[in-house]
Amino acid sequence: MTTTTPTQSLGTHGRTPQRRARTGRRPTLTAVITYAATAAFALVVLSVLGSVVVESFASSWRSGWWPRSGTTSWYGEAWRTSGVSQALVTTFEVGIAVVVIALLAGVPAGWVLARKAFPGRSVVLIVLLLPIILPQITYATQLAAMMYRIGLGGTLTAVVLVNIVPALPLVVLITIPFVEQVNPAVEDAARVFGAGTWQLFSRVLVPLLLPGVAAAGILTLVRVLGSFELTFFVSSADTQTLVVAIFGALSNPGGVAAGLVAAMTVYYMLVAVLGLAVSLRFANPVTAVSRHR
Amino acid sequence: MALSTEPRPGAVVAPAPPTGRPLRHRLAERGVDRGLLLLLPAAVCTVGLFVYPFLYGVSISFQPLRGGGALTNYTDFLADAYQRDSILKTLRLAVPVAAVSVAAATPLAFQLRRDFRGRGAITLVLMLPITFGSVLVAQGMARVFSPYGWLNLLLSDLGLGTHQLIYNYWGTLIAAVLTSLPFSFLLLMGFFGGIERSLEDAAATLGAGRATRFWRIVLPLALPGIVSAFTLALVEAFAIFPSAILVGQPDNATHVLTLPIYQAASQRSDYPAAAAIAVVMTVLELAILGLLQFARSRLYRGAAAGGKG
Repeated sequence: MTTTTPTQSLGTHGRTPQRRARTGRRPTLTAVITYAATAAFALVVLSVLGSVVVESFASSWRSGWWPRSGTTSWYGEAWRTSGVSQALVTTFEVGIAVVVIALLAGVPAGWVLARKAFPGRSVVLIVLLLPIILPQITYATQLAAMMYRIGLGGTLTAVVLVNIVPALPLVVLITIPFVEQVNPAVEDAARVFGAGTWQLFSRVLVPLLLPGVAAAGILTLVRVLGSFELTFFVSSADTQTLVVAIFGALSNPGGVAAGLVAAMTVYYMLVAVLGLAVSLRFANPVTAVSRHR
Repeated sequence: MALSTEPRPGAVVAPAPPTGRPLRHRLAERGVDRGLLLLLPAAVCTVGLFVYPFLYGVSISFQPLRGGGALTNYTDFLADAYQRDSILKTLRLAVPVAAVSVAAATPLAFQLRRDFRGRGAITLVLMLPITFGSVLVAQGMARVFSPYGWLNLLLSDLGLGTHQLIYNYWGTLIAAVLTSLPFSFLLLMGFFGGIERSLEDAAATLGAGRATRFWRIVLPLALPGIVSAFTLALVEAFAIFPSAILVGQPDNATHVLTLPIYQAASQRSDYPAAAAIAVVMTVLELAILGLLQFARSRLYRGAAAGGKG
């Protein structure tokens, strides 16, 4: 069976034919100010993040623009002593498990919420969206208390479970506008030709929603990689993700060498940048965050 | 925020319910059918991992560890001036953070609402703080904003003196803006991008200049989105946590509401007390959300997209 794509849904895929802005226009003053402010902001962001990279190669850096001498020994030391390898494995296990579960549960829910009117729909929406609107710390400790109560505290399962809480609404939230952009007539046509719900999803909707699903999955993965509060309260020494390990090293009153923490951070940055690059390849983050067409 | 409750056209619209037909048919006409089962996995996850733990947290907050009345955890928190003031300190940080983020992100998002060369690069740079999170931003800030950091080296080279911009109120404020501004920007870019170009073109045809088009057409249409972005930024900034410890002054100027929660849960393992403070925080957050959502509902809510929508 070939899934014929209606014209409307063609426009939902990331790369629409770009309308060139009228060229040759003189930039306005507000535009110049805006771009200058953006450049300054970008410079601050890049130097904040770049300084960590420089720090990780510095043998000692007390003051001045640049460290006196460089070294690469922090990387080996971080890998061996501070549990970076363990934390990396945990981070990926948690990230992938959370994304798979959140997609399986979230995409069908997003479809129902986008398509159907039923009593209690707005309640379902609000309850689904609360975990993503409320900051994690408003429910992190309670969730941790419950995990410890049922004997899961500190386990990998608990870390996965708590991270599902904000990931699932994120998937739903991203899926809804993508579903709304698929013409309902396509679904009706599939039904007329005898497709059941399963076939409707596997043969028609999932292929049409693929950009949305990919965007949801990758954005969720990036979010989980960097998620801090929930993991922080529920993880133990051998189930902490990389970010939690870095926070532990940074706030350690005994003081961990700055270069060592910086090296841990660079490991994390490499992973996160990889995720970000993949996500930008698959989906425009802006389309995923909003209903941009 | 996709909180709109109106179903899309094409969804089931119920005619007057006729009687004398099977219940299943009558339910189906109101939109209740087997398709709703697809909600089940998400509902189970949300109820089991969010709603139930939340109620569990409320219930343990009334069972203080050290005995006493049911409200002991709450009265302990509110009677202690130092703890109580954390609410004010949180507001003093969160409101400026949200205001600065949205005020700075709005013109930027407006300028960048259409595709153009370099949009990808800007988006990428702005995505970095979101991706790396506040822990990493706080870590990197030490080298840039500390008294011997890059910014102060630059300022003193320019003869502007040095400024203490870290390990105090400003440190946390800067860290929060660095993560909050990009988020507001991404949200707002979507809102501006969703405004149909033909509306602006129509206004231009009728003789509206660039400024008029922005103030009379685009801004009113985007205002609900701007309020949403402000709400989300405020709610998020209300829960500043790692940066209050790492680049703030956690025992004084940035003793924000999250720190008593952290101290109770992580340092004293007193989960009931932590839950009580978290409940206080949640109530405040919901009040903010409700208030701003109410303000938003009074704004124009019409078609921002022309054509087929």
